[in-house]
Amino acid sequence: MNRRSLPWHPALGLALGLALGLAALLLATALLLAWLNLRGEEALVPDAPGSAVPDAATLARGAYLAKAGNCAGCHTARGGAPYAGGRAIATPFGAVVAGNLTPDATGLGGWTAAQFRRALWHGRSADGRLLVPAFPYTHFTRVTRADADALWAHLRSLPPVQQANQPHALRWPYRSQLALAVWRALYFRAGPGDDGLPAGTTSAALLRGAYLVNGLGHCSACHASRNALGGSGTLADSTGGSTLPGQRWQAPSLTDPAEIAVGRRQASELVQLLKTGLSDQAAVMGPMAEVVADSTQHLSGPDLQAMVAYLQALAPSPPPANSTRPAPAPPPRDGLVLGRGQQLYADHCLACHGAQGQGAPGAYPALAGNTIVTLPDAGNLVQAITGGGFPPATAGNPRPYGMPGFDLPHDDLAALATWLRASWGHDATPVSAVQVLLAR
Amino acid sequence: MRRLSVLALALASALGGLPAWAADAAAISPAAAAPVLVPDTLAQRLQPCMACHGAQGRASREGYLPRIAGKPAGYLYQQLLNLRDGRRQNATMARLLAQQSDAYLREMAEHFAALDLPHAAIPPSPAPAELLAQGQALATRGDASRQLPACAACHGTALTGTLPAVPGLLGLPRDYLIAQLGAWQTRQRHATAPDCMAQLAQRLSPADVGAVAAWLAAQPVPAQQHAAAALPGPAPMPCGSVDRPPR
Repeated sequence: MNRRSLPWHPALGLALGLALGLAALLLATALLLAWLNLRGEEALVPDAPGSAVPDAATLARGAYLAKAGNCAGCHTARGGAPYAGGRAIATPFGAVVAGNLTPDATGLGGWTAAQFRRALWHGRSADGRLLVPAFPYTHFTRVTRADADALWAHLRSLPPVQQANQPHALRWPYRSQLALAVWRALYFRAGPGDDGLPAGTTSAALLRGAYLVNGLGHCSACHASRNALGGSGTLADSTGGSTLPGQRWQAPSLTDPAEIAVGRRQASELVQLLKTGLSDQAAVMGPMAEVVADSTQHLSGPDLQAMVAYLQALAPSPPPANSTRPAPAPPPRDGLVLGRGQQLYADHCLACHGAQGQGAPGAYPALAGNTIVTLPDAGNLVQAITGGGFPPATAGNPRPYGMPGFDLPHDDLAALATWLRASWGHDATPVSAVQVLLAR
Repeated sequence: MRRLSVLALALASALGGLPAWAADAAAISPAAAAPVLVPDTLAQRLQPCMACHGAQGRASREGYLPRIAGKPAGYLYQQLLNLRDGRRQNATMARLLAQQSDAYLREMAEHFAALDLPHAAIPPSPAPAELLAQGQALATRGDASRQLPACAACHGTALTGTLPAVPGLLGLPRDYLIAQLGAWQTRQRHATAPDCMAQLAQRLSPADVGAVAAWLAAQPVPAQQHAAAALPGPAPMPCGSVDRPPR
């Protein structure tokens, strides 16, 4: 009898063993993935009857919370019906199209309150499918039960708009449920999470600020760095913010002293900036103008103060004044370039921003000490100079003064930026014409 | 390191060891400088508009950009809304207006509508006489066989517009006129329904568009350049932007 014809050849046994082992490994991975996705999630419980009729105070609070989360910002197409969806949001993985939140059959008409809470807290649709994390359930998972129900009451009170949802335009494999499950296993934990405050913090303002900033406000969705898979860092990371997909604007780090530096700015100035879009030291531009117009200008003074207090608590404290650290050598700057920059400033900028960069209060922000001038990456400064624009029209600044865009040649723009970044006590790196070319 | 530089600079300055390049900066304290005083006027607030639409909004006839000074406020307001909300396509205008309120857009429209500025002299048109004649016929008489009313039937006998919301057609660059008719044909430009200009533009051939734009751009602007108070006769077709203007 030929050995090769034996049914239990040792190699066959080995292959079978390997196959069984592989199957067990796959099963274990699938179970782990499922557990990582479902942990912390409770079974859907229908709401008790009678809880369906919200009172006016709940509706008002829901509308306010929707402003805090800027739900309409993403869920409204340009010129479209509010909350009816259809706006495409650029991501590095393709475009995500926001859905219809109105109580029409094409929107959330068929949803229950429990399904809505599960979407906020666990990122799953009514049918259980995983939602893309461009919907910041990674933040909304912190929203309290009472606030989630108020939001739901608000959305139910909207006029229904018939507008079918459009499919996302995500590339493979990012559009697959498996990819979303892997992403969630890596980067999503349901629940309150760590807000970066010291254990035992009892300040109501700090806790309220943390709740708004990390929850509905989802500030770190832009103002924290993201890795190649879109996993987000935290606001307190020293790695700075992120370049916004599909845009030239960067969302700088809020806490880094070299960037927005909330730690060394007056709280009242930051509150004014979020409330009106304009302070003596800054005007909001780019995507943040949208955030102020649609969200933060509608928040109460105490809530804005709480958010600023929390961000300031996250920012690293300045080193002691008796530090013996020597002054860093100033970066080399070309005198001819500085002279050209100064001349350009006199020609184009001085009339509004002043010879000392002091600005015109209520109209044009100071440039001396303005963080957009000194951000490590000069991209936002280049955008501001070339594009100009209006700060948002807000209740506190209803008729903003605008700035014309200055479409200067690359080397002139570089000279102007370099001069601004070396003037009035600024010490930011020079900007080259190549950097301007890449940023504009 | 960089984040410490401001504090380090303050420290260095306190110790007298100031780098030479920083001496001037430290000597001028921005806080001490008197705030810049700017006029509290719309002309000052609306500086970004003038960067492209010319001093006071009187764009030249060369190039693409339309003159905005002196057009009816109702027309300008609707265009600002349309540009902001995506019913007209212009990336620069969309970005500028994205976060501006309806009330402020209304103020902008009224500001430019109220301006009364002289027009520059019209250079002779390089277009062939035959083309200009074809354009003149369409603009002043229309073509009933193709259900094309004359431009003048709505834009006024003098083609300087009619109140409250029909714009004048004179003093505009040829390229701009062609682009608008083309945008209506390709559904890139929209107005409140019924969108009469979109319907009309569908009935124009490419040759019609070229002819009427060339003739309109070649016409001198009369000294009395204001929009007429009312249509010269019954409206040839319903227009949402006139019949149902936004609040």
